[in-house]
Amino acid sequence: MKKLFLGVLTTLALAAGGTFAGTLDDVKARGNLLCGVSTGAPGFATVDDSGKDVGFDVDYCRALAAAIFGDPMAVKFVGLTSAVRFTALAAGEVDILARNTTWTYSRDTDLKQTFLGVNYYDGQGFMVKKELGVKSTTELDGATVCIQVGTTTELNLADYFKENGMSYEPVPTADNAESQQQYLAGACDTYTTDASALHGTRVNLENPDDHLVLPEIISKEPLGPLVRHGDDNWADIGRWVLNALVIAEEKGITKANIDSWKDTKDAEIHRLLGTGDDDILAMVGLPKNAMYNAIKAGGNYGEIFENNLGATSGINIERGVNASWTKGGILYSPPFR
Amino acid sequence: MTKIAFVRKKEIPPSAPPITEVGLIGWLRQNLFSSWLNSILTVLSVYFIVIILWDFIPWAYGGHWNTKSLRECLDLDPDVACFSVLTARWKQLLFGLYPAEEYWRPTLTFIFLLLAIVPILFPKFFRFFWFSIIYPGLAVWLLWGGSFWSISIVYIGLTLGALFFLTLIRRYLKNYMIAAILAFLFTAVFFLFISNPLVGLLNAILPFSLPFVESLKMGGFTLSLIVGVTGIVASFPIGILLALGRQSNLPVIKMICVGFIEFIRGVPLITLLFVASVLLNYFLPPGTNFDIVLRVVIMVTLFSAAYMAEVIRGGLAGLPLGQHEASASLGLTYWQSQQLIIMPQALKISIPGIVNTFIGLFKDTTLVSIISLRDPVGLASTIRADQKWNGIYWELYVAIGLMFFIFCWGMSQYSQYLERKLKTDK
Repeated sequence: MKKLFLGVLTTLALAAGGTFAGTLDDVKARGNLLCGVSTGAPGFATVDDSGKDVGFDVDYCRALAAAIFGDPMAVKFVGLTSAVRFTALAAGEVDILARNTTWTYSRDTDLKQTFLGVNYYDGQGFMVKKELGVKSTTELDGATVCIQVGTTTELNLADYFKENGMSYEPVPTADNAESQQQYLAGACDTYTTDASALHGTRVNLENPDDHLVLPEIISKEPLGPLVRHGDDNWADIGRWVLNALVIAEEKGITKANIDSWKDTKDAEIHRLLGTGDDDILAMVGLPKNAMYNAIKAGGNYGEIFENNLGATSGINIERGVNASWTKGGILYSPPFR
Repeated sequence: MTKIAFVRKKEIPPSAPPITEVGLIGWLRQNLFSSWLNSILTVLSVYFIVIILWDFIPWAYGGHWNTKSLRECLDLDPDVACFSVLTARWKQLLFGLYPAEEYWRPTLTFIFLLLAIVPILFPKFFRFFWFSIIYPGLAVWLLWGGSFWSISIVYIGLTLGALFFLTLIRRYLKNYMIAAILAFLFTAVFFLFISNPLVGLLNAILPFSLPFVESLKMGGFTLSLIVGVTGIVASFPIGILLALGRQSNLPVIKMICVGFIEFIRGVPLITLLFVASVLLNYFLPPGTNFDIVLRVVIMVTLFSAAYMAEVIRGGLAGLPLGQHEASASLGLTYWQSQQLIIMPQALKISIPGIVNTFIGLFKDTTLVSIISLRDPVGLASTIRADQKWNGIYWELYVAIGLMFFIFCWGMSQYSQYLERKLKTDK
């Protein structure tokens, strides 16, 4: 029933959306990008003490705005809760949704959305007290686990323990806040949620060094930006801005040194930064130096990661699988050609 | 034998009441230890209050106010409150993401709000009622900004319409209905054809405007008050009309009112809010920018009006039929009898219920956080998403709870004052 309802809604939205010119034209006419972000996800999107939008997803949208307008500030951030995010996108309240959203089959197809790629490979992890002496999730047989009810993490947990022939006793909680309180109060041996959230939580515990986020990740949560079905050019723009940030890191182009590549022999860098002869960005309707502006906005992928999720941010998430493929991760962009 | 009957000649001087009946001991005996059950309850309550305060007072009293992050608080002393989050974010809790250099605008709006409700709450200031009338426009202009004239044109148009109506009645026409229709047409023509060029002209002659602030930036208690106060003020008259309509003898009006009330009451508020935030977008033409705060205010108002109607209907039902008959026998028209006889009594009976609905509505405004508006509760999770404050719960919620308490307690105190004042059956 719910699916049918959503289906009807999306069809209506598509019928309505069919009358639009391209999203890019709409955005240009409006003079700013409408970017849907989370109302509050540590590291991904929030506002700082001075009221400025900050975060990993926020920086991606700033790069996109910079690519279109040459101005990273030409973007309005619309905070969206998980309850309204997809409908807000489908109804055209936002141009793009960068809201730490997991890319799944049904979201891609049934909800009629186009995922532009993966900007963060998250996954479910476990936090334990060091005094427990556990070094790996395989040693968690018989543990009590604090788990948020009604989430995919609950299902993942059941699957994982079953697969590995282990038993556990769930301690149900309503949200991450309650999980944390129960875990600290000793109601459970370990608590589990997305690894990025575990790291953020751990740093602000009373004694972070007494706690350990176990190295294993038991589920795939590829997070990425997404747009509505029906405007492939717009999807291409979003996808290739993301790719450009990844390529920039691979090639060593940073916010600081971006102006020093004019004499490089690498043709891909010239194409990327618009310093060469051919203007391939005209194919999607962007200015020749669009990617230059995008990278200049907040730096390459690695810099954005460090500032929002890595050591600089205080959350201290390791790059892990989110490192470039040249450094042992799985971040890999198709060639810019 | 002398038979002496004792006759006292003087009155005994009154002796002091027993010590167990007066003073502190007497008060305690009467109020706290009047029976075994009460004594046990008193002891238990005192025990619980003490253990709560035992933890709470040192926690709150020793709290940090000036650290830069939760981490710093924890490193200093993890056992006390970290109120620094309030130091850093109190402006956001009050004003949301409103531009900092414009904070004076919501502040002024709030001060004016206090001034505007005084004539409504206390009859002896009723001569200042004109301010309460211009306040809504003033508030909209101060909060959202834009040209002063585009707001005042609404007032100008409505005043002209009213003047037109009065002139027709006094000079030319006897029929109210026709005069009302003509006045309505006149006002419609004014707003359709005249108002826009007039605003342009006024802007050109005397530009007077504030920087525009979009609804996306509204948040914190400013938003709670915008939604709550507008809902309260607008739902009251609509509720009265619905209650009257439900008792009407005209079947069409009655059916519409009953249908509306039952439909709205049968749906949870959060559903209506989802309709406002999500569904409406599908039914409006693409590109329509129907302000989200306005949408929410409308839904909250409709919701509360349905409840208000039933509360007032309760008051109406509480009146003896004789009151209606008496007013009819005096030759009063329907509206006169409502205004002079029925409503004053019915509303007096309904005061507790009305205030109950108001308080409920004000607290329900926190539900808007679910549809992504940044009210104080929504802001709390946004603030916690900043790594500096990730993991702070009590301090934020205590502060938010306290502010809501102040407003709700104020409303309840006023309703009790009003009940005492209107008490006629001594």
